[in-house]
Amino acid sequence: MPWQFTVSPDFPPDQLPGWYVFNTWLQRTLGEPVHLETYLDFPTQRAAIAADQIDLIYANPYDAAMLVRDKGFTGVARPDGKSDEVVIAVAANNPATRVEDLRPGLRVASTQDPDINMMGMILLEPADLSDANVVHQPCVSGYALVARDLAKGVADVGFILADAYDRFSAPLRASLKVLARSQIHDVRHVFLVSPRLAERRETLLNAMLALSNDAIGRDILNGLHIPAWEAVEQEDMEFMIDLIDTLAEA
Amino acid sequence: MHDMKAAGGADSGNATILTYHDGSSRHVVVTEIETPFPEGRLIVSRTDPAGFITHCNPAFVEMSGYRLDEIIGQPHCLLRHPDMPAAAFKELWQTVGGGKKWHGYVKNLRKDGGYYWVYATVVPNVRDGRVVGYTSVRRKPSRTRIEEAAALYRTLV
Repeated sequence: MPWQFTVSPDFPPDQLPGWYVFNTWLQRTLGEPVHLETYLDFPTQRAAIAADQIDLIYANPYDAAMLVRDKGFTGVARPDGKSDEVVIAVAANNPATRVEDLRPGLRVASTQDPDINMMGMILLEPADLSDANVVHQPCVSGYALVARDLAKGVADVGFILADAYDRFSAPLRASLKVLARSQIHDVRHVFLVSPRLAERRETLLNAMLALSNDAIGRDILNGLHIPAWEAVEQEDMEFMIDLIDTLAEA
Repeated sequence: MHDMKAAGGADSGNATILTYHDGSSRHVVVTEIETPFPEGRLIVSRTDPAGFITHCNPAFVEMSGYRLDEIIGQPHCLLRHPDMPAAAFKELWQTVGGGKKWHGYVKNLRKDGGYYWVYATVVPNVRDGRVVGYTSVRRKPSRTRIEEAAALYRTLV
C-alpha cells in the first residue's frame, strides 16, 4: 500500500505536473511508493482526511488546525516567504474606489478556497458587509473565473488569491480594479505528515530544505512556484492555528 | 495585564497621568489626532499569561508609534486609551480567562498621544491544556461600528 499524498485543491491547474514531479521526488526520498491523489474540492479532500486515508499533505492553512488538532499531523515545511493574501477586486468600470464604497446586497464571486474567502470577508467589514448582507454566488473552480464573473457583471466583487491575480494576463488584470489587498503575512500553506510518518519528518525536512541547493531541486520547486522550503516547528503551527482561530467566526 | 484609569483630564492635547491598578503610573499627552487603520493589514500580537507582549508584527509597530524594542516586554495596556472604560477590559479578561474568544471595538493610544480604532479579537493559546499566552488580532472596523462603540464607552468611562 503506497503512502497517500494530496495537495490542497486550490492549486492552479498549471502546477499539476509540478506536483507529480514532486511526488516522484517524495518516493525517492522516502524509498517507498507514494501515490498522489488530487481532489476536485475541499469537502471531498476533508472526507478522505477524516477517513485517515492521507499520509502527506500540502494543506491550506484553514485545514491545518483540523489536521494538527484532530488528526495528529505534524508540520514539516512551508514555502519560504510566500503567504496567502487576498485581492478584493471589482470590474474596472465599477464606480467604487475603496472597500467603504461597497453597499449591502452586493454579489460576491469566489472559489472554495476557505482562507481566501475568510480573509476576503474580513476585508469587507469596513463597509459593514458580512455574510448576513451580501449574496454569495455559487463558487467557481478558479480565480480566472472569478475575474470573468466580475467582467461579465455576474458578480459585483470578487475574492482572488493575490498570487493568482499577479499571474493574470495583462488584459485580464486590466478588466479589474483592486480595492484592497491583504498584507497579513502569517497565513501560509504548509506541508504536513500524518502520525504514521512522524518518524520520517526529519528526513523529509532535511531533504526538502536541500532542494533549493541544486539545479535539479530548484527545477522541482519552480514547478510548484515555491522559491524554497522553510522549516515549520510545532509552535509555528500552533501560532498559525491560533491566528486562524482569531479570524474565523469572529 | 494591569488595569488602569485616567487620573487627569483627557482633553485634546492634554497631559494626562494614567494610573494602573497596580499603583504604577505614567504621563501621556492625549490628542484628538486619529491615525487611519491601513487597508488590508492585520495587527497581530501575543502576550504571556500575565499580558506582557512577547511578539508583535510590523503593523503593530507602525500603528502604535513605538519602536519594536519599546514594545516587547511591556504590558499590553501600553496602548490603553483613557477613553476606554475599565469594564471593557474586565470583560475581555474574564472571557479569555474562561478559555473563550473575545472580540470588541477598542480605541488604542499611540505613543504620540493620537489614537486608532480597531476591531480586536483575543484568543487564549492553549498548549497541553494550559494557557501559555494570548494572541490578539486587530482589524479595520467600519466607521458605523466605531461611532456606536465610542457612544457606548462615553457612558461607561
